[in-house]
Amino acid sequence: MSALISWLTQTLEVLAAIAVAPLFSGWIAQCRAWLQNKSAPSIWLPYRAIHKLFHKEAVLAESASPLFRFAPYAVFGSMVCAAAIIPSMGTRLPFSSAADAIALVGLLATARVFVALAAMDVGTAFGTLGARREMMVGFLAEPALLMVIFVASLLSSSTALPAISNALATQPFALYPSLAFTAVAFILVLLAENARIPVDNPATHLELTMIHEAMLLEYSARHLALMEWAAALKLFNYACIGFALFVPWGVATAEAQTPAALVVSLPILAAKLAAAGVGLALIETVSAKLRVFRAPEFLATAFMLAVLGLLVNLLQRASP
Amino acid sequence: MSELPFDLQILNALAALFLLLAFAMLAQRRVVALVNLLAFQGALLCAATLLLAYRTGQTHLYFSALLTLALKVVFLPWLLHRLIRRLGVYWDSEQLINTTGTMLLGLLIVIFAFGLAQPIAALASTATRNAIGIAVAVVLLAFLTMITRRKAMSQVVGFLSMENGLFFGAMSATYGMPMIVELGVALDVLVAMLVLGVFFFQIREQFDSLDLHHLESLKEEQ
Repeated sequence: MSALISWLTQTLEVLAAIAVAPLFSGWIAQCRAWLQNKSAPSIWLPYRAIHKLFHKEAVLAESASPLFRFAPYAVFGSMVCAAAIIPSMGTRLPFSSAADAIALVGLLATARVFVALAAMDVGTAFGTLGARREMMVGFLAEPALLMVIFVASLLSSSTALPAISNALATQPFALYPSLAFTAVAFILVLLAENARIPVDNPATHLELTMIHEAMLLEYSARHLALMEWAAALKLFNYACIGFALFVPWGVATAEAQTPAALVVSLPILAAKLAAAGVGLALIETVSAKLRVFRAPEFLATAFMLAVLGLLVNLLQRASP
Repeated sequence: MSELPFDLQILNALAALFLLLAFAMLAQRRVVALVNLLAFQGALLCAATLLLAYRTGQTHLYFSALLTLALKVVFLPWLLHRLIRRLGVYWDSEQLINTTGTMLLGLLIVIFAFGLAQPIAALASTATRNAIGIAVAVVLLAFLTMITRRKAMSQVVGFLSMENGLFFGAMSATYGMPMIVELGVALDVLVAMLVLGVFFFQIREQFDSLDLHHLESLKEEQ
């Protein structure tokens, strides 16, 4: 019975992630438009865009190799795999024994490598430029993300994300300065990794500043749809990692993973996502885009905060 | 860690925030913001002292908190702001090393300081002994802030921040210094600030800038 429920949780989580990710992006875009006094686009716009793209005829560059066509599936696939090991509703997931949080960072890196390779594959200047910038941001953001995860692992003595989330959700409430530091670091990494405003603007096609869009310029139709969907899924995954580490309350914990708890966890997840969307839109509205060469400083701050969290955690734990 | 009483948890959080502020001062480019950060650091110190006074019931800590509030949160920042206004040095702060490099250096210093403080903390018997490492780190970071700046104003702010770190260290190691020492130090800092304030004008009159680089040459060039 319990095995059945955990498989049910697993399936439900992955399907929900795939289905809800574009909605989350739409919600952020809507909040952003409201905050900037613009008339907001429909919250369903990402779905319509994906639907439209799937019904178009794909056009490929003459110099495109098979890698270029394969990359969207690889990227989408790794994002779905990542969604499978992030506990967004319940913490007892059959997949979680297959991969821990470090492997999760590896999965996200795999997706990044495929996007960058595909962007360089066609050989246009923009693609190469975007790929290089993406790799620069990536190699700075990854250690920061790993540090964030290590702090949470130290607190819960496990590197598997569901176990971390479970431990943090079930223990009595305590103030963790180290977790507060890493939460800020995580938000900075999330902004940088998902091409949000201080580092990259998802809504621009200005050649001097774009990173993510520059890499997708050569894609069309179903490939572009998958890439866009994967980007939305990546943002959704990051948000869920954030919830799992810093606001784990409300998920169905391992001891009490019943269908009722799952039903309860669904609206809680929706509320968290709605709040996260408003927060992200707020950050994007109040901050200006950094020059590309300031991005290392931005990410160095994230790394510094995460390491500081780690050190403070070690210090304040050393003598109880 | 969850077995710690709640007020100690708050103290730990304040200590961590104190450390974070030291880093913010290290990275801050503008001198006006630097002074505001200093005032905020003083406020944190005051809050931590009050909490500790409440926890341990030592009355002299209340006076110490009051002194901190009056001197480091209100008077010295006001004085510094006034000096900045009168000297017109709002944008005055260039660093010798870039921000990223300074921060990574700062991290190394924190690791060193925590290692240094561990045997001291093992000997101390106060409830706040694991904040000693943070106090040492703040002192060293303030030192680094002074080293990486060239202008007199930012160096003075670094000096005051170092003093904050020392107070925090004394507080966490032995529940504060004796009242007479604390008063003496406060007076010293006050007098130093007033003298330095006069000194700033003298330096500027002599060299047309507050760049301490000019003070390094001992005699005029032939």
